Amino acid sequence: MKYQNLAAIILILAGCSAHAADIRPGVVYDLGGKFDKSFNEGVWNGAKRFAADTGIEFRDFEVQTDSQRVQALRTFARRGYDPILAVGFQYASALERIAAEFPETRFAIIDSEVHQPNVRSIVFREHEGAFVVGVLAAMASRTGKLGFVGGMDVPLIRRFACGYVLGARHASPDIEIFQNMVGTTGAAWNDPVKGAELARSQFDRGADVIFHAAGTTGLGVLQAAADADMLGIGVDSNQNHLHPGSVLTSMLKRVDVAAYEVFESARQGTWTVGVRELGLKEGGVGWALDEFNEGLVSSEMEAAAERAVADIKRGDIRVHDYVADGTCPAD
Amino acid sequence: MEILLAAVVVLDSTLRLATPLILAALAGLFSERSGIIDIGLEGKMLGAAFAAGCVAAVTGSAWVGLTAAIAASVLLALLHGYACITHRGNQVVSGLAINILVSGLTAFLAVAWFAQGGRTPQLPDSARFLSMEWPGADVLDAVPIVGVVYGELLSGHNVIVYLTWLAVPAVALALYRTRFGLRLRAVGENPFAVDTAGVSVSGVRYRALVCAGVLCGLAGAYLALAQSAGFLRDMTAGKGYIALAALIFGNWRPVPAMLACLLFGCLDAVSIRLQGASLPGLGEVPVQLVQALPYVLTVVLLAGFVGRGVAPKAIGVPYTKEG
Repeated sequence: MKYQNLAAIILILAGCSAHAADIRPGVVYDLGGKFDKSFNEGVWNGAKRFAADTGIEFRDFEVQTDSQRVQALRTFARRGYDPILAVGFQYASALERIAAEFPETRFAIIDSEVHQPNVRSIVFREHEGAFVVGVLAAMASRTGKLGFVGGMDVPLIRRFACGYVLGARHASPDIEIFQNMVGTTGAAWNDPVKGAELARSQFDRGADVIFHAAGTTGLGVLQAAADADMLGIGVDSNQNHLHPGSVLTSMLKRVDVAAYEVFESARQGTWTVGVRELGLKEGGVGWALDEFNEGLVSSEMEAAAERAVADIKRGDIRVHDYVADGTCPAD
Repeated sequence: MEILLAAVVVLDSTLRLATPLILAALAGLFSERSGIIDIGLEGKMLGAAFAAGCVAAVTGSAWVGLTAAIAASVLLALLHGYACITHRGNQVVSGLAINILVSGLTAFLAVAWFAQGGRTPQLPDSARFLSMEWPGADVLDAVPIVGVVYGELLSGHNVIVYLTWLAVPAVALALYRTRFGLRLRAVGENPFAVDTAGVSVSGVRYRALVCAGVLCGLAGAYLALAQSAGFLRDMTAGKGYIALAALIFGNWRPVPAMLACLLFGCLDAVSIRLQGASLPGLGEVPVQLVQALPYVLTVVLLAGFVGRGVAPKAIGVPYTKEG
């Protein structure tokens, strides 16, 4: 009895000493894993920056199979992690369930919309960013042929592809574009050997710039581009530094900012739910220019890309969204 | 000309994709012709790829990496041998155990040593086997047909691809024209006869497994040091099993097994090429269909076009000395 009282007192003391807004953030990554140097790693970087800025540690978990998604979310929620960030559209159905099971826990999901009263959904207008790198790719190509390697064949990735094709055609109407998808299961995000082979096959057919939207698989695409002395285009995180001189640019998708913002708003008590859409205007997508690719991007190309960015922001160019109607006007 | 170029591109891709399959199938050939079932091709290849990735990353040398790959693969082969030659264990169980062990162990060690999510660090070009351009490829480029075939198809592969093409006749020669090959085949058919002739059955089988280990080591190094720039978790992705299927498909003979591997590689290459292409009357081919194609054709070919396979008679049977 004595001990129980003591324990209660300690708990109360602990409760007082902790700051009211202290949170226990959790992150669950997608199958590509947190070291994909792309999508998941972007989230990880954002979370690390949050931890460094605030001193609040976060827990994270990499699922190995699809069946672990529900488990991972439930375990995090049960252990009191809050908010919990689910990375990737493939969490949508799992989160739908778990968010209902734990109505007091705050959840966020990147790349999909989950309509629950305790979920924030963050989606990006990737087609806008892809359009801009499409313009750059078309201007950098000497053969008039481009390539695209997508990870899993899903509408989200077709949205990248469609924006890219539209951008390339915008800069050069006659350009030819080869498209390959790696697969139709989650394993498609994690197969760099296949990614490299797809890229080589596209180079053999005459492409000289290839854009990938394929997570870890894309590392193989960029490697193949570097091996063949061609150009690759990175995705999600800035991948220019991976092969300096062989990565034309990277289409940035600021999942790091999104992750930081999810945790920060929970910490400050400004948490909101609902769908948040991030495009060029909001700084959610963009293209990367740094010391690793400045030799590859001429001032003319830079100007054209910036012009496209400005036109899209103003609404003069409306990039078609594949997800909206399941078609791409360029096909 | 357009069609020729497309064909050359597909064949070029076929060579790259079939190389690890051929090496693994030849490895399986040594082991199975000696009477040891080799489900563990996958595990040996993966272990070799891991060793190659680690050692090449640390030493910065592709050749040291290759040596490590062969050493790792031979060790695993000897483990298989210890379980099912010395202790007469079940060969399928032992092989599967190796596959499962290696799949888990490599990912675990890679995380523990390099903390990159089960990858080894990305290798610089100096620590890899890069493609080699043959002399005169650019001069011949202008010549029709010959230029394309020489420049695209023959030239521009890495050293392991060329080694593989030497390995096929070498293995055939060793199997059919040497004393070792004769004993190997005999041990797989009738080990009692070999024993009666005063030759150690275990010794021949162990030697066969070492040969298999060396070849799997080459295949693993090809994956980690040539096709990619480092080891990746489960990077063999079932190639060991496909190689085993090709071996059976090829009736446990080197040249037919090689042809079967080329067929599998070619189907894979065609499926890459067909993606997004429009076929007359069908429209754009769905990705799912294209990716199912190699497997569908494999089933059709295996079911319809291959005669009854004749396996080595003593395969899977542990040898126990009589008396």
